[in-house]
Amino acid sequence: MNSTPRIVEVRKNILKHNDEVAHALRERFQQAGVFVVSLVSSPGSGKTAFLESTLTRLRPHFRVAALVGDLATGNDAKRLARSQVPVRQILTGTLCHLEAAMIENSLTDWALAELDFLFIENVGNLVCPASYDLGENLRAVLLSVTEGEDKPLKYPPMIHSADVAVITKTDLADVVEFDWEAAFQNLQAVRPGMEVMRVSAKTGAGMEDWLKFVTGGRHPARCASIE
Amino acid sequence: MHELSIALSILKVAEEEGGAGVEVIHVRVGELSGVVKEALLSAYEIAREGTPLRRARLVIEEVPVMVDCQRCKGPRRVLSIQQLRCADCQTPASRVLEGRDLQVAALEVSS
Repeated sequence: MNSTPRIVEVRKNILKHNDEVAHALRERFQQAGVFVVSLVSSPGSGKTAFLESTLTRLRPHFRVAALVGDLATGNDAKRLARSQVPVRQILTGTLCHLEAAMIENSLTDWALAELDFLFIENVGNLVCPASYDLGENLRAVLLSVTEGEDKPLKYPPMIHSADVAVITKTDLADVVEFDWEAAFQNLQAVRPGMEVMRVSAKTGAGMEDWLKFVTGGRHPARCASIE
Repeated sequence: MHELSIALSILKVAEEEGGAGVEVIHVRVGELSGVVKEALLSAYEIAREGTPLRRARLVIEEVPVMVDCQRCKGPRRVLSIQQLRCADCQTPASRVLEGRDLQVAALEVSS
């Protein structure tokens, strides 16, 4: 005899396991006093060059480190090692995004309290990383001028999961006839009020504004206590 | 394409909450969740094979974006996810109330 199935209200996040790990990480970061910034973008938008420039410029003033996610190869970690800050590569194999547990695993023997800033470079992908909280304090989405102005319209969930947009490779803007107005409009249409920065890791243009933005939230006493 | 990871997570949550007797899994997928309904349905077909819930059906409810409109003073739908403006008065809206959901809402369990 078949009985009617009973309905069970669940209301649990599908990614609750990831959310729990991310929540625990965020608490750990806060206790250690480290500010965590993650970078998301499509492949080839200049994340690694941007991060290298960021690390090199911050290193004289702050204690910084980075985690870089990639499907394969340790090339990014090698490039970033030139900035002389501690860098670890997370190889995801075939996985298209980083998950909170991967961050947790790669931090096992790191003394977080000895850091001021930790940067996390996600796998180059404007779709999948949007769904995963990594416990970061700030998520920056990078869009390069060579990708065109309409990227925000194509990837609204990613734009929405980020706190700030950084337009990269601005030194090439004229060459590719980048339409700034359209780019800003598209970002504001998808995410009204979103902060937008423009940088060129190559020439250094805009990097100071970006660093001010990132370090702005830091307590002055923390900066004074370094070195 | 992370829908396979999502499908595996759905099965995990459903089994934890409802055991092997789960017949139907109802999930809510927001327009801004980054998950595509069709891709999730296909991924789910693969993910459930060989698991205790291999016969459980997946029902997806798509959740539209709702914002807190400053002008209308209340929750409103938007023009589209490309244009986050109040569907009624066209005012740009920055506070998203709903539409990021990625949730197992309910289960139908054989009794």
